[in-house]
Amino acid sequence: MSLSKPKLRIDTWILRHLQVALSSLGRLCRTPLATLMTTAVIGIALALPTGMHVALGNIQQLAGGWDGAATLSLFLKQEVSEEQAMKLSNRLGTHPQLAKVQLINPDLALEEFQRLSGFKGALQALDKNPLPTVLVIEPLQQYSTPEAAEQLMAEFNQLTEVDFTQLDLQWVRRFHAITKIAARGVIVIGVLLGLAVLLIVGNTIRLEIQNRKSEIEITKLIGGTDAFIRRPFLYNGLWYGLSGGILAWLLVTLSLWMLSGPVERLAGLYRSEFDLSAIDIQTLGVLLLGSTLLGLFGSWIAVGRHLSDIEPS
Amino acid sequence: MIHFENVTKRYPGGHEGLSNSNFHIAPGEMVFLTGHSGAGKSTLLRLIGLLERCTRGQVRVGGRNLAKIKRGQIPYHRREVGMIFQDHRLLHDRTVFDNVAMPLVVAGLRHQEIGRRVRASLDKVGLLTKERAYPITLSGGEQQRVGIARAVVSKPPVVLADEPTGNLDPALSQEIMDLFIQFNQVGVTLLIATHDLDLISRMDRRILTLSHGRLKRDTPGKAS
Repeated sequence: MSLSKPKLRIDTWILRHLQVALSSLGRLCRTPLATLMTTAVIGIALALPTGMHVALGNIQQLAGGWDGAATLSLFLKQEVSEEQAMKLSNRLGTHPQLAKVQLINPDLALEEFQRLSGFKGALQALDKNPLPTVLVIEPLQQYSTPEAAEQLMAEFNQLTEVDFTQLDLQWVRRFHAITKIAARGVIVIGVLLGLAVLLIVGNTIRLEIQNRKSEIEITKLIGGTDAFIRRPFLYNGLWYGLSGGILAWLLVTLSLWMLSGPVERLAGLYRSEFDLSAIDIQTLGVLLLGSTLLGLFGSWIAVGRHLSDIEPS
Repeated sequence: MIHFENVTKRYPGGHEGLSNSNFHIAPGEMVFLTGHSGAGKSTLLRLIGLLERCTRGQVRVGGRNLAKIKRGQIPYHRREVGMIFQDHRLLHDRTVFDNVAMPLVVAGLRHQEIGRRVRASLDKVGLLTKERAYPITLSGGEQQRVGIARAVVSKPPVVLADEPTGNLDPALSQEIMDLFIQFNQVGVTLLIATHDLDLISRMDRRILTLSHGRLKRDTPGKAS
């Protein structure tokens, strides 16, 4: 008689794990309501940070469209004639650092403003066009960084025709700072809710262990090792985590689908072709793997704490 | 097969379940253990199955000193010792087949091998037709036979039984004893705790009598 662990063939080992995995899944399916409730709690807890992450990704994508275009607006002095403006525009067109120069004629600008703003009556009351000629300048890609754009701005401010220059970068910077804070917030919330999932799974498995106390006792009596007894509970936790992750994915996808219509309309109002993007494959992978590991780890903690308490009497 | 040398088991609070006991059970012996309630019968069996460890002395089973068995090795020890209980300890959410198969599943046997052995074991206790039944639908005697089938299915060299006939009428008790005799005939060492004195006097085997935790009498039997 030897007390050493008998060597198992690898195929037997895989088969046993497969059996335990399936029987633990079957056990969960036999109590659908209880399983669904636990899964729902996990799913909702995970859907929150995932949804926020996806929303943030969308916002950053939206901001990314504006990011490169550090557009400069040169507001010309009122006394600059149309001809002079045209000349300046042509001159700047050959500037080595610029990609595009667009001249906005004050008359056309006024017309458009009247059409879009709804202040037609008020604007007609003015005796002369208050709008200056504007040159909208787009630097080449490599001069689009905030620093380079600021240099250009300083350069254009020297021009006699230019009243003042406006660089729309400040708000982009602020926006980036805000999204960075939001991203940090998503991580914090994700960690907290991940911890919550750990506790939910741990508690569920703890109750499960209590419910199956006699089975555990009998298994110990007939020579079941701790690993053998632990295994179905670990698979339970794994299934809870995985199904919670899948539910979170469905919830986020459903929410995005519900939002996509209104967002499209809003984007249409801003003449943007922005489209809500769904969960990308990488996020989905992290979500499912993370939730599965959380489930496994949560049940590991519960099993480690409570299984040794049960000894056959 | 089973050696007890000056074995004492003291529980927290000072009560001695077993005091300074010495005996030896040879391989292939069938021995009854008797005594009043609380005499230490269960304690003695629990020490052999390593459900408890003795406070003093030495217990050896199959030549192995149980004090040297680490916690992680206990399951492997229990696979060598079949245990039968008065309350059967069956799992009521599993079929008779699954209950009997448990020791083999735990030991990691292959599927076909498990089926073959479980059926052989159920056949021996006369319950082959009930393999798909749930324990709750069986009579007390049948449930006990399921418990016995489970204890012997992995062919352990030692089988312990704690009041196996406690809830059964004399006819059923005799059936159970006949089963034990059959196992004994193929070389299994049996230690059966019971206070059914009528039954053990009919069996005419060696009897260990406990009283207040002490081994009072060791009566040799003629039949063994």
